[in-house]
Amino acid sequence: MNSKKLTVSVSPHIRSLDTTSGIMLDVIIALIPALIASVYIFGIRALLVTIVAVTSCVLAESISRKVMKREDTISDLSAVVTGILLAYNLPSTIPLWMVIFGSVVAIVVVKQMFGGIGQNFVNPALAARIILMSSFPGAMSGSAFTNPVVKDITITSASPLAIIKNGEFDSLPTLKEMFFGLTSGCLGEVCAAALILGGVYLVIRKVISPVIPVVYISTVALLMLIAFKGDIHMVAYEILGGGLILGAIFMATDYTTTPITFKGKIVFAIGCGLITSVIRLFGSLPEGVSFSIILMNIFVPHIENLTTPKPFGAEKKPKNKEKEEVAKA
Amino acid sequence: MAEKKSLRQELTKGFIIENPVLRLVLGTCPTLAVSTSVENALGMGIAATIVLICSNVAISALRKVIPSKVRIPCFVVVIAAFVSLVQMFVKAFAPALDESLGIFLPLIVVNCIILGRAEAFASKNSVIPSAIDGLGMGIGFTFALALMAAIREFFGAGALTIKVLGKGFSIDITEQLAAIGLEPILIFILAPGGFFVFGMLIALANKIAENNGKPKATLNGCEGCPMASACAVKISDEEASAQ
Repeated sequence: MNSKKLTVSVSPHIRSLDTTSGIMLDVIIALIPALIASVYIFGIRALLVTIVAVTSCVLAESISRKVMKREDTISDLSAVVTGILLAYNLPSTIPLWMVIFGSVVAIVVVKQMFGGIGQNFVNPALAARIILMSSFPGAMSGSAFTNPVVKDITITSASPLAIIKNGEFDSLPTLKEMFFGLTSGCLGEVCAAALILGGVYLVIRKVISPVIPVVYISTVALLMLIAFKGDIHMVAYEILGGGLILGAIFMATDYTTTPITFKGKIVFAIGCGLITSVIRLFGSLPEGVSFSIILMNIFVPHIENLTTPKPFGAEKKPKNKEKEEVAKA
Repeated sequence: MAEKKSLRQELTKGFIIENPVLRLVLGTCPTLAVSTSVENALGMGIAATIVLICSNVAISALRKVIPSKVRIPCFVVVIAAFVSLVQMFVKAFAPALDESLGIFLPLIVVNCIILGRAEAFASKNSVIPSAIDGLGMGIGFTFALALMAAIREFFGAGALTIKVLGKGFSIDITEQLAAIGLEPILIFILAPGGFFVFGMLIALANKIAENNGKPKATLNGCEGCPMASACAVKISDEEASAQ
C-alpha cells in the first residue's frame, strides 16, 4: 500500500480566489477618487459625512448581528461600501444625525431584517436615500446643495438637473465644469471623471461587467436625444448631471440586487434607463436614478426567471409544458 | 366555538391575543389611513366600537331568523343601519372629526372587523357574549389604532394630540426639536412609515401571543390563524402553500 495520503473531498476542487471582502475592497478602492474629488469640491465636511456614514453603518451591522444572535459580518466590508455609497448620495450640508438615521435604515431595515449580505431585495444605500428624501425633503434637496470651492465663498445653487427642469438653461454650468464636478449636487455624484476612473478600475479587475453601466447610460442618452430633438449638448448635461454615472457604475451593478444572466442585465439596464428618463422628463422630481434602480431591483427575480439560459442540449418544450402543468395544478 | 370561554376571556381576547388589527390583520385599510393622528384614531376607533357592539347584538339576536344563504347581505344591512346612525351623530356633534375621517367613516359598513365578528362570532353565539366580544374587539381595534397613531404622529410630526370630541391635551415639541437641530421624520406620517410601524406592531403582538402559548400567526394553513377555532373554512398546509 502506498503510504502517501490522498485527500478525498467533495467538489468543488478548484476554487476561485475571489472573496467577498476582496471584492468589497476593490469597490472601496474604486470609490476613493470620487471621495478625493468631493473633499476638494465640498470641503472637509464631505469627508466628515462619509466617515459618519461608514462608522454608523459598521456599528449598525455589528450591533444588529449581535442582537439577532448571528455571526458578526463586518469583516466582509460590505457595510463600509454601503456607508460610502450612502454618503455619496447625500448633500454635504446634511445634519449628521440624519446620516446616522439613514445608515441605520440601510443596514438594519433594508439589509439585516431580510437576512444580511446577499439577502437584501433592494440596494440598501439607495433605499436609505429614498427614505431620507421623503423624510427630510428640506435637508435633501434644493438649497441643501452648496458648492464652497469657488473662492472660499459658499455658493448655494440648484443642481444642474433642477436648472434644466425649471428651464433656466442660461444658468447651467459649462460641460467641462460638469465633467470635473464643479457644480452643486450630492457628495459623490458630481465628479464624473473620478467615477469613470473608478468604474474602469472595477471593469479591469473584473469586479463588475460593463454591460449594465453602458446599456443604462446609452438608454438614457438615446431617450434624451429624442426628447431634446437631437440636441447633443443637452444630452451631455443629462448624462453628466445627477446621479446617473454613480448609479450606473456602483449601484446598478450590485451583485445581490441585479440579474446574473447576460440578457437579464440588458433588460435590467434598459428598464433603469427608461424609468430614469421618464422621471426626469415628466416627473415632479428633477432626478430619478435612485427610484429607477430600486424599482428595477424589485423586478430582478422575474427578469432572472424569464432569462434563465437554456442548458446545452436541453429541449425547451417539455420544460414549458411542465411549468404549465405546475401552474394548472 | 371549539372551547367555551368565560365572559372575561371573551372581553380580553380582543385586546392583544386576538387583536383584530394586529393578530387577525383585518381592517387594514382604515388602520393605515386613519392612524396619522391620535385624535382621528380615537374617533375612528370609538365609532367602529359602537357599530361593532350594536351590530353584534342585533345579528346575534336575529341569528335564528336569518337564512344562512343570504346572511352576508343581511349582516351588511344591519351594519349599514348602525353606521348611518353613528355618522349622523358624528356629523351633528363632532363635525371636525367627520371632516378629517372623510370617506372612512361611511366605509365602516364594509369594515372587515365588523363583518368578520358578525360572521365568526355573533351568528353563532347568544346576545350577551356577542356584546362582550364586540366591546373587546372594539377596544382592541381602538388600542391598536391609537398606539400606531401615537408612534406615527410623534415621530412624523413631532406632536401628540390626545383628544376625544375636542377635549384632552396636546403636546408639540417641534420647536424644542428644532432648537437642538432635530426635525420630525416625515416618512412616519406617509404610507411607507405606516406600513413599517404596522409590521413592527404585528411582530410585537405575535411575540406577546407566543409568550402566552398561542400559535404564531403564519401564512401556512389554518393552524397559524388565531381565528382558526371560530372559522368554518379549513385549508390544509399544502393548499395554502400551493396558493
